[in-house]
Amino acid sequence: MARLEVNIGALKMKNPVMTASGTFGYGLEFQDFVDLKGIGGIIVKGTTLKPREGNDYPRMAETPQGMLNCVGLQNKGVDYFCEHIYPQLLPTEGNYIVNVSGSSPEDYAECAARVDALEHIPAIELNISCPNVKDGGMAFGVTCAGAASVVKAVRKAYHKTLIVKLSPNVTDITEIARAVEAEGADSVSLINTLMGMAVNIEKRCKTLSIGTGGLSGPCVKPVALRMVYQVAKAVKIPVIGLGGISTAEDAIEFLMCGARAVEIGTANFLDPAVTIKVRDGINDWLDKHGVADVNDIVGAIQ
Amino acid sequence: MKKYILDLTVRSVERVHERYVLIKLTQQDALPPMTPGQFVEVRVDGSASTFLRRPISINFVDKEKNELWLLVATVGEGTKTLAKMKSGDKLNCVLPLGNGFTIPCGRIVGHRMLLAGGGVGVAPLLYLGKLLKEQGVDITFLLGARSAKDLLMLSEFEKYGRVLVTTEDGSMGEKGFVTNHSVLQKESFDMIQVCGPTPMMKAVARYAREKDIECEVSLENLMACGLGACLCCVEKVRVDGDASSTVTKSDGDASTTVTKSDGDASSTVTKSDGDASTTEATNVCVCKDGPVFNIKRLLWQD
Repeated sequence: MARLEVNIGALKMKNPVMTASGTFGYGLEFQDFVDLKGIGGIIVKGTTLKPREGNDYPRMAETPQGMLNCVGLQNKGVDYFCEHIYPQLLPTEGNYIVNVSGSSPEDYAECAARVDALEHIPAIELNISCPNVKDGGMAFGVTCAGAASVVKAVRKAYHKTLIVKLSPNVTDITEIARAVEAEGADSVSLINTLMGMAVNIEKRCKTLSIGTGGLSGPCVKPVALRMVYQVAKAVKIPVIGLGGISTAEDAIEFLMCGARAVEIGTANFLDPAVTIKVRDGINDWLDKHGVADVNDIVGAIQ
Repeated sequence: MKKYILDLTVRSVERVHERYVLIKLTQQDALPPMTPGQFVEVRVDGSASTFLRRPISINFVDKEKNELWLLVATVGEGTKTLAKMKSGDKLNCVLPLGNGFTIPCGRIVGHRMLLAGGGVGVAPLLYLGKLLKEQGVDITFLLGARSAKDLLMLSEFEKYGRVLVTTEDGSMGEKGFVTNHSVLQKESFDMIQVCGPTPMMKAVARYAREKDIECEVSLENLMACGLGACLCCVEKVRVDGDASSTVTKSDGDASTTVTKSDGDASSTVTKSDGDASTTEATNVCVCKDGPVFNIKRLLWQD
């Protein structure tokens, strides 16, 4: 049994396997399939200061080895989360992290401040990279100044571990990573979805309601891996890798490229028990290769 | 109801029509409880272009033979691959998902119900008919198709109630759509349950509204996870509508009452002021809040 514990700043996790926001609900939807306590970190749905209905249907298109979505941050708002959802999470003893989104630095900061007050939420992941809403999200994540402004505002309001989720839809992701590190982010997670599009040639129309959507699934993995590798070399804070991970071997690739932990997203739709399988698979791989501690393979590829 | 990931064994694959196959599945242990109108997310192995699972409604559960039947329309690569399975093959299923049709509790002898179906939409009505018959309900199936050869499993339906048909070419039963059938003018029903193409369900819903008859429809919005996590399959429902049906849901053993949600907050309707969408409607997941909805909850007006 290898040692699997990893730390992201002050955030302690039993193992490096996390769930990606928007792919695992609040964890409760998966209780019949996995022991939520066994997952390193559960990142819940994107949460905003005010409730959001999200975009119109259709929101999804299947693609080769992946899918596009344009959900658009549908959620009931942070107050609803604190009052109604948070109490339901406590009995599961899961390690919950809230993904926070907004449309202005003030919005983000206010939302983060309310989550800061929740005793059993040790971290937030700041979503500055949602490609599916017009009035925010990715608008901040694609420039150094925009990203820095959000992180600066949130850093003042939030006192626990602050993870910033980066957009791959940029020219140089390492610049953005450095900008958020300079403003006090404790960690960066990457990549969010790649902006894409699908069309229906019979109806001669766009498949998704808003035309474009975020691409996820195994098809994005090589892009994600390259970006994680680059960012891990560019910053000193821990990096969380995600993008197309569906097996323990995929996860190990990200760890070797410099990720301290990984998030599993779209693969949860194909196998609701995938998180635990990846955790166990990492352990088996480490045992088989005589590695005593998962941290020893982080950044193994120079 | 507890959900499972099961590798079921294919007992037979029967081609019941040029575009439909009936797949009968079993396993060593007793199959878990399932209710009519619920569905299964099946993993399609061996089709490179099929990434996501395919949601297939439960056609029938034969408890004596420990069989689950899936009636599959072979419309795309995924379902065509399913149709090629052989006896003894394994099919990975996540089940049972969603909420089924209302089954009046207790033996309500003389309660008259109309079960209307079109195309592959007839699938869930078979198991529904069986359980309703056990409750003493007087059942009329009204099944529509393009022509006589497109009517599926008629002899099975005849075991549980009177079967009336319409065909668009008049080759069997009355000519036209199900809503043109004379029985709708001659007789009255206490409740209608429908599954079929959306225009057909809307037409039946219109009739039910005019006659003030309780009516449930089964939606099949495009979905990814089937668990209420990805928020892709949303349908707008009324916030102020009568969300709760007066009849209790039953899991088919007529003993247990199924609650509509397992505690997740996403099934609760709230008003939104977070974006520009209408304030009297909210998005819910068809996979988790449905797929069966009372028409009073839907925004269908046409």
